[in-house]
Amino acid sequence: MSRGEVMLTADNIGIGFGGLRALDGVGFAARAGEVLAVIGPNGAGKTTLFNIISGLYHADAGRVTLAGRDVTQAPPHQLAALGLSRTFQNLQVFFRMTALENVMAGRHLREGSSLLADLLRLPAARRANAATRDAALALLQAVGLAERAETPAGSLPYGALKRLEIARALATEPRVLLLDEPAAGCNAVETEEIDRLIAAVAARGVAVVLIEHDMKLVMRISRHVLVLNQGRMLAEGTPEAVRADPEVIAAYLGVHGAREAALA
Amino acid sequence: MQKPADRFGPARPSPLRPSGRWATLLILAAVIALIPWFFPSGYYFRIAALVWVTALAAVGLQVLMGQAGQVSLGHAGFVGIGAYAMALGPKYLGLPVLACLPLGAAAAGLLAFVVGRPILRLRGHYLAVATLGFGILVAMVLVSEIAVTGGPDGIRIPRVELLGWRLRGGETWYWINGAALLVGVWLALNLQSSASGRALAALHDSEVAARTIGIDVARHKLRAFVIAAVYGAVAGGLLAMMNGFVTPDAAGFLASVEYVTMVVIGGLASVPGAVVGAALLVLLPQLLTVFHDYEHAVLGLLIMLFMIFLRIGIVPGLAVLLRRRPAL
Repeated sequence: MSRGEVMLTADNIGIGFGGLRALDGVGFAARAGEVLAVIGPNGAGKTTLFNIISGLYHADAGRVTLAGRDVTQAPPHQLAALGLSRTFQNLQVFFRMTALENVMAGRHLREGSSLLADLLRLPAARRANAATRDAALALLQAVGLAERAETPAGSLPYGALKRLEIARALATEPRVLLLDEPAAGCNAVETEEIDRLIAAVAARGVAVVLIEHDMKLVMRISRHVLVLNQGRMLAEGTPEAVRADPEVIAAYLGVHGAREAALA
Repeated sequence: MQKPADRFGPARPSPLRPSGRWATLLILAAVIALIPWFFPSGYYFRIAALVWVTALAAVGLQVLMGQAGQVSLGHAGFVGIGAYAMALGPKYLGLPVLACLPLGAAAAGLLAFVVGRPILRLRGHYLAVATLGFGILVAMVLVSEIAVTGGPDGIRIPRVELLGWRLRGGETWYWINGAALLVGVWLALNLQSSASGRALAALHDSEVAARTIGIDVARHKLRAFVIAAVYGAVAGGLLAMMNGFVTPDAAGFLASVEYVTMVVIGGLASVPGAVVGAALLVLLPQLLTVFHDYEHAVLGLLIMLFMIFLRIGIVPGLAVLLRRRPAL
């Protein structure tokens, strides 16, 4: 994939829950190798937007395309096969598995072995298993969890689980990666690690779409910022343009946030 | 104070230490090979053969309940289908009895495939009730279609012959069922540590996350359901051949509940746990006959105590206890 090529588009997305219009007329384009940040106050519809793009919800208006294909109605597992992967704000880790197994599970689409081969443990299945394990270990290394490989995910601390979810999402080898508040609840050191990780992923040509409240992180790594407020687009543009926008400051950043963003 | 990991039950067997698989198989093989030395009479072969075949059905249910996290209160329905295939195949198709074993397994698998599609969309209690309905339906057909199935009195299985050798007697079936169980446990352990098994474990923990990493949740649930059905039917077939007859009780609600109890009491996450649970539920009533009229009450009490003190199941519970003990 060539850098700057549009990988994911959302066009005029709308969805209602009961009488509430949770999203209305929201759109963006995410490009390969670039980070797009979606910001806005709580309840603005950011996670709802992610849930629509990743196929968990179906929009009642608008269109989503992935690498030029209309995927508005596609179920999540098909989207994953087409190269879309995501993490969750409220962790969706496989708690009964070890850290390593979580990431190995993320290799599901890359494992060609059949059910019969798995049941009989044929050489093909064994080779696939070994390859999966090696790839998963490399990813754990990349997110700094290699020493925790054998730890059950249920006993890992919050910050580690955030990174584990990123490693699992990367295991699918995505072309588009949606990160829902990857730095939430992480300390400054962990946030910096995640920052570096996201930059490295984008540098490999992945289109990254990021929901984040940490303004310093957003301003540092994103190329493009989309601001949502009450289900509508409030502003859109470069980080510099967005943080100077009086409407954004009034609705979301506040005076303190604008100052913090300016420091980044 | 519970450690965080305990909230979610024990971790699955580690993919970095696959040796646990062979240790389990070796122990099981050793038990099967050695315990006949301690049998005081031929009667014990029959009881142990019953343990192995019941355990085979339970291992199948462990794949569905323990690995994929989908409850079934109708497992005995598939056991019944496998068992009745051994009588109906020879009667209506003129097939040798043994040839009906794969036939019954295929029929059960096919039925699971057809029934599983709509009902596996349900979750939790709803799935439990739907599978319960399926099990009751199978048992009712077996009871009421008297002309075909012999009704509540059951039906005889013709003599079983393999290459002119007649398969009969507790000892013969002890070895056949023991070998079948060993193969069944081997397959289930292979599955658990494979890519397919990881997909089941993933959808067990978080369906949403499983879907977003590309796992077709409906398809994998259906696979587990079909696998469980085939295990059940093979076990049912072996049971019917061993007994020489089969009654609708094999497919009854009580039997389904017993299979669930075996899997839970042995340890949902553990394949050998299903074997231990089956052994317990087959053997305990034999041991408890000393309590006469209170036999069932004592059995119930024991099950409750096991659940209270070893909630994660006997095998995983013992594993935790052994690990906690300081090294000698």
